[in-house]
This record gives sequence, structure tokens and C-alpha cells, in this order.
Amino acid sequence: MWQQIVFWLCAAGAVASGVAVFRVDSMARATFALLASFVFAAVTVLLVDLAYLGVLVLLMMIMEMVIMVLFMVMYMMNPAGLMPMTMVHNQKGALGISAGTFAVLTAVVYLVDWPSSGAARPADPAHALGEAIMGSKMLVMIVVGLALFATIVTTVVLATHRGRYDRYGDRLDRRSPDDPVRGGVGR
Amino acid sequence: MSVQDYLLFAAALFSVGLYGALSQQSIVMIMMGLELMLNAVIVGAAAFWYFSSPRQADGQVLVLIAVTVMAVEMAAGFAVTTAVFRARDVDMTDMTADLKG
Repeated sequence: MWQQIVFWLCAAGAVASGVAVFRVDSMARATFALLASFVFAAVTVLLVDLAYLGVLVLLMMIMEMVIMVLFMVMYMMNPAGLMPMTMVHNQKGALGISAGTFAVLTAVVYLVDWPSSGAARPADPAHALGEAIMGSKMLVMIVVGLALFATIVTTVVLATHRGRYDRYGDRLDRRSPDDPVRGGVGR
Repeated sequence: MSVQDYLLFAAALFSVGLYGALSQQSIVMIMMGLELMLNAVIVGAAAFWYFSSPRQADGQVLVLIAVTVMAVEMAAGFAVTTAVFRARDVDMTDMTADLKG
């Protein structure tokens, strides 16, 4: 019974804070609303006996959102919410599409006869997961490892500072540097 | 709790995220919408593991993949944001509509 109550409280909390992400003005508030949404969702994962994955999601999301706050403030049009402005485009279309998606998904959820299993659940799901990724699902782990390594390389390449080849061309033969912002010495 | 309850919850999260990804102008806010949608995948996969096939760990592996995709999406998204901002001084999607048909 208490699980029912906790589940519906967390579900409502996660959706409400998810909506709040796109409603509040301050970007720090939006990020922490997203964090609250993730924490509520992680609690529902904990409710289905996935202690390891629930805690993993919880810890990862807390760290990720704390980093995200910095980027939000760096790149936002209106970081502190002090300057009222509209930050949306095609709001009616987006609302219609997402409401339609929700209606279709809800219909599917209640119309499809989902398979259910009466099989006994493993005593330790984390152990079962570990055996799976080191056994029959090892390819998944290999691909995930490669993807993460590729991400490291990609992010470094994308985020490095503009060097002389960006500014003066591949043969360094441009007379004036090609910079996004004009000004400074030599222009 | 039933698989329907969990899937309804996941559908609501997914729709909220979809609204954000479609309607927001800031690149960072679009990434927040994508994260909400991926969170729905985590909830759905966990529910399927518990209610439909607890004997196989496939649902758990899917949660693991979704968590990884979230991390990759965040890192790559911020790198792209940084690169676009450096190259053009742009932080809004409407200003980077080069591929618009």
C-alpha cells in the first residue's frame, strides 16, 4: 500500500517538476527543477527492486545537474530570470504535438495486453545485471565503452579553443583573421 | 502498482520532454527536454524488467544504455554548444538554421 502512495506521489512530483523546468524564469531554478524530476523518477526505479540502478541514476543526475547549472548560466539568453523575455518558438504547435503524443501513448498503454510474468524475481538484481553485461550482453558493454571514448575525443575536439588554423585558414594565408566577433588589434 | 501505471508515468514524462525539445529556443533548454525524454525510457525499461521479464536482465541493460546515452548527450551537446558559440556567437536554435529546407 505504501508503495502505491510513494509511486503516485513521485510520479506526480516528477511530472510537475518536469513541467516547471519550462515554466520558471531563472535558469538555476529550471536546472534544479529538472534535478527534482530525476530524483522522483529514480525513487520509482528504486520501488521496483532496482537498488543499484536507482542509486546510480540518483548519483549521476545530481552530479550532472550541478555541472549543468554552470553551463545554463553560461549559455542562457536570460540566466537569472531578471530580464523577462520569451524563450519559446511555435509554442502552440509544440503543445499540440506533445499532447497528441501523450494521448496516443496513453491509448497504447491501456489497449495493449502487456505480458506479465509470474516468474520469481532474482534475489539480487544487481548480480543478475553484472552477470549479463559480463556474459551474454558483453557486446553492449563494449559498444558503450567505445561510445564513451569517442565522446571524450569529440568533446575535446569540439571545445578546444579556436587556433591559428581556424583564424587564418588551413595554409595560414588569410590576411585578416576570420573571427566571429570583430574588433581588437589589427582590424 | 502495475506496468500500466509505470508506462503512463513514462508517457507523461516523455510528452513533457517532447514539448520542451520542440518549443524551446535555447540550445541548453532543448537538451533538458531530451534528458526528460530519456528519463522516460529509464522508467519504462525498469518497469518492463520488473513486471514482464525479471528472469532476464535485458530491461536492466536497457536502463544502463539509457543512462550512458544521457551522459553522452550532455557532454556532446555542451561541446557543440560551446563550438557554435565560439564560431558564431550564437546561443539560439533560430540563429543556426543553416540546414532548414
